[in-house]
Amino acid sequence: MADIAFDGPRGSKPRHRLSGRNIMIYGTLIVVALYYLIPLYVMVMTSLKGLPEIRVGNIFSPPVEATFEPWVKAWSQACTGLNCEGLQRGFWNSVRITVPSVFLSILIASINGYALANWRFRGAEFFFAILMIGAFIPYQVMIYPMVILLRELGLYGSLTGLVLVHTVFGMPILTLLFRNYFATLPEELFKAARVDGTGFWGIYFRIMLPLSLPIFVVAVILQVTGIWNDFLFGVVYTKPEYYPMTVQLNNIVNTTTGVREYNVNMAATILTGLVPLLIYFVSGRLFVRGIAAGAVKG
Amino acid sequence: MLDQTPNTSETSLSIKGLQLSFGAVQVLKDVNMEIRQGEFIVLLGGSGSGKSTILNCIAGLLDVSDGQIFINGRNVTWDEPKDRGIGMVFQSYALYPQMSVRGNLAFGLKNARLPRNEIAKRIDRAAGILQIEDYLDRKPAALSGGQRQRVAIGRALVRDVDLFLFDEPLSNLDAKLRAELRVEIKRLHETLDNTMVYVTHDQIEAMTLADRIALLREGVIQQFASPDEIYRKPVNLYVAGFIGSPSMNFISGEISGGQFRFNGRATSLDGYDGTPRDGAAILGVRPEHTDFRIDGPESGIAATVELQEHMGAESVIYLRLDGQRFALRTPDDTHYPDGTSLNLSFDIARASLFDPQSELRL
Repeated sequence: MADIAFDGPRGSKPRHRLSGRNIMIYGTLIVVALYYLIPLYVMVMTSLKGLPEIRVGNIFSPPVEATFEPWVKAWSQACTGLNCEGLQRGFWNSVRITVPSVFLSILIASINGYALANWRFRGAEFFFAILMIGAFIPYQVMIYPMVILLRELGLYGSLTGLVLVHTVFGMPILTLLFRNYFATLPEELFKAARVDGTGFWGIYFRIMLPLSLPIFVVAVILQVTGIWNDFLFGVVYTKPEYYPMTVQLNNIVNTTTGVREYNVNMAATILTGLVPLLIYFVSGRLFVRGIAAGAVKG
Repeated sequence: MLDQTPNTSETSLSIKGLQLSFGAVQVLKDVNMEIRQGEFIVLLGGSGSGKSTILNCIAGLLDVSDGQIFINGRNVTWDEPKDRGIGMVFQSYALYPQMSVRGNLAFGLKNARLPRNEIAKRIDRAAGILQIEDYLDRKPAALSGGQRQRVAIGRALVRDVDLFLFDEPLSNLDAKLRAELRVEIKRLHETLDNTMVYVTHDQIEAMTLADRIALLREGVIQQFASPDEIYRKPVNLYVAGFIGSPSMNFISGEISGGQFRFNGRATSLDGYDGTPRDGAAILGVRPEHTDFRIDGPESGIAATVELQEHMGAESVIYLRLDGQRFALRTPDDTHYPDGTSLNLSFDIARASLFDPQSELRL
């Protein structure tokens, strides 16, 4: 205190850990997190219990005797009204539906977006407007016309038909996504590539694609979760042997014969949700890295 | 000049009746240019003047609505950019971020399917000229702005073409670097002897680099002449006001009996470079072509000091003359207090007279 110049506030401002503001923020975050995590907790716990233990009640208590029997059963033995093969068949169907649908829809939509953003061809605005209208029409309206269309194409009830449906319905939003992203890439890069003698495809594959990892990750997340979680199209456009996992899950859970095996149902539900969850965990990190890689100032 | 027929051996670039419209908006209105082999041409103008648009038309990045473009005597109006024999440098450098410097330089050559050793030879040559050998294997992100622009110039250089197009290449750089690279581009032009077309809004760049400047306004070439001529004999009021900073002072008055009269004052027009005719006119005098004295005859052109800017080597004095602002540039670094009365005299030999109606120089 000897030096009068040092009176009053000096240096960095002290922070209080337990300020009202912090309590408010962290309190809210914790409550919200719990709100979302408790159902998951109950599901996991229930799936690890035997049926007698479930009947006791206590849904919040951890299993006394943990068993993976319900998981195995859900995967390979659970019965629907038609068969007793568990979820595995649905899982492989879903894979066979999701992989080509995601790949095709993203491929086509990114080329659409690239053409719309970079090559201002005649009628581009009109084409884009039509695509956007497609994004705002509820799917339910288009279900029946789509059935007729697939029937006429001879694809009704096949996996190919369902892949086509997913590809078509993903088009408006994905095209918008890609178009807007490509529009943010510097136009001069595109011009430079043209002077360097690259054509439509050359610019797409060698200039645009390498710069677009972040948006592709976003598109993959969107499409994988959307298509994997789809129930409506799966049940409408395919036949039972091609039912995706979601439909299979529904049929297992809603089977009315015998006892309700809550543990098996819980395990089956978690199994079905695992793929989108995995995608989020894996690509979430890729996404951040993608943004960092894309942040090259031209 | 516009009527000249293109001489294939001499003319590098020829633009005939170029027009471009976006919908109802006419961006370029009948642009004509004849550019000789080895000339450095600057397209100068404010934003929206159409200067970059002309460059994009030359490059083939924009489809023209009407007119023709010849490069080295060949009609390239419908050709793809790569087939026109041009190299282009952009304001934002437009380097491919995922490729190394070497990859950037090689990209166009690989597309043209040049043999590997030829590519390596050209890259070595360009890197030597531009002194970028040390960072050939770096990515553009690891380069400074000046280095990136060098690489961008290199990318045009390796194409081994006769015509270089620059689209405001220095606008993203800081003032010091801009001056450095400006000199370097000038040197490059002298070394290579290519034809260069350079777009800028910076008149310093235009004045220092150009063999000829085309000054544009709203898609029309106002004047296409050497920097010296544009500076000394601007064809109209717009050109006169555009070139020079602070810009030319304009005084309305009338000519009679070999004198320019305004507000009861008069100055002789002896030595004026042009053909003044009697009647209303606007006298344009550059700040640097005005002299002054503190004392002078009562009948002189007196103005009062309003503001003075000292810039070390020179200073600019803003005066009030008959209610109008008048700028004056002088090497004199005396500080004149506000309100000081100065007696002005104009260097008529380097002044310009304009017709108030047509705005053309007399």
